[in-house]
Amino acid sequence: MSLGVGLAVGLYGTSFGALSVAAGLSVWQTQVLSLLMFSGGSQFAIVGVLGASGPAGIIPAIISAWLLGIRNGFYALRLNSVLSISGVVKLMAAQLTIDESNAVSASQEDETDSKLGFWLTGAAVFVFWNSFTLLGALLGSVLGRPETWGLDAAAAAAFLGLVWPRLKNLQSNLIALMAAALTLVLVPALPSGIPVIVAAPIAVAAMYGLKRTPLRRFLEVHHDA
Amino acid sequence: MPDYWIAILVGSIAVYSWKILGYVLPKRVANNREVVIFAGKLTIALLAALTAVEAFVTGQGIVLDSRVAALGVAAILYWRKAPFIVAVAAAAAVAALLRHFVGWA
Repeated sequence: MSLGVGLAVGLYGTSFGALSVAAGLSVWQTQVLSLLMFSGGSQFAIVGVLGASGPAGIIPAIISAWLLGIRNGFYALRLNSVLSISGVVKLMAAQLTIDESNAVSASQEDETDSKLGFWLTGAAVFVFWNSFTLLGALLGSVLGRPETWGLDAAAAAAFLGLVWPRLKNLQSNLIALMAAALTLVLVPALPSGIPVIVAAPIAVAAMYGLKRTPLRRFLEVHHDA
Repeated sequence: MPDYWIAILVGSIAVYSWKILGYVLPKRVANNREVVIFAGKLTIALLAALTAVEAFVTGQGIVLDSRVAALGVAAILYWRKAPFIVAVAAAAAVAALLRHFVGWA
C-alpha cells in the first residue's frame, strides 16, 4: 500500500518539477523545495505565485504556502498520540507528516499497523516525490517556453485536482466558489499574489456568517464530514 | 535567482512550523473538532483561489485563453475519476494543441 501511494505521488512529483522550472525556479531550487518543504499543496502554491508574480510575489508566495500547510499541523496532532516518539525522531516524523502518510496511518485497524503505515508511507513518498521532482525539473528545463507545452494550463489543472477530492458537500462547494470568485474580483485591485491570501480567509468567514442566517438549516442538512 | 532562495528557505521553515507544532502541543487540542473543520475549510478556499488565478489571471488582468478549455477538460476527467496525472497531462495537451493548431492564446 505504502509503495503504491509512493509511486502515485511520485508521478505528480514529475508535474511539480516541470511546473516549478516553468515558473522560473532553477533545477536546484526545485529540488531543495521538495526536500525541505515536502508538502505538495504548499509547493504548488509557492511556485504558482512566484511564476505569476515574479520576485514581487515572494511574500504572498510564502504566506500561501504557509496557510496551505496548516492541515499538516492537525495531522501532527493526531500522529503525536499514535506514534509515541520523542526527541530527534519527532523532528523526523514532523517532516514526513503529510496528507498521504497520515491517511494511510489513520486507515489502519490496530496500533502497530498505524505506526508502520505512517513511517513506510512517509518514507516511500519522500523518496519518490524527490526523485520524480528531479526528473520533472530536468524535463521541464529542456522543454523551453512553458506555454508551448501547456504547462500553465497544467498548473491550473493541478490545483483543481488538489481541491477536487475535498469538494464533498454543499458547504465545501460554496466556500470554493466564493473563494475563487472573490479572488478574481480582487485581482485587478490588489498586487499580484495578494488576492488569494485575502479572498480565502474571507470566504471561510463568510461561510461561518451564512450559518448564522436562515440558510443555516439548509447548510446543516448537507453537513460536512 | 537569490530572491527565490529566500522564498524557498523561509517558506519551508513556515510549512515545517505547522508540522512540528502538532507534535509539541498538548494532546487535548487534537480532539477539538471545530479547529479541525476550520483548517479543512481554509484549505479548500486556498486551493480554489489558486485554481482561479492559474486559470484566469495574467499579470493583473482576467484573461480567457486556452487555459479555460484545458481546465474544463481536467474537470470532466476528475469528475470521471481519472487519476491526477492523467487530468494534468490532458490539460497541458489541450492548451498546447489549441495554441498550435487553432492559434488561441
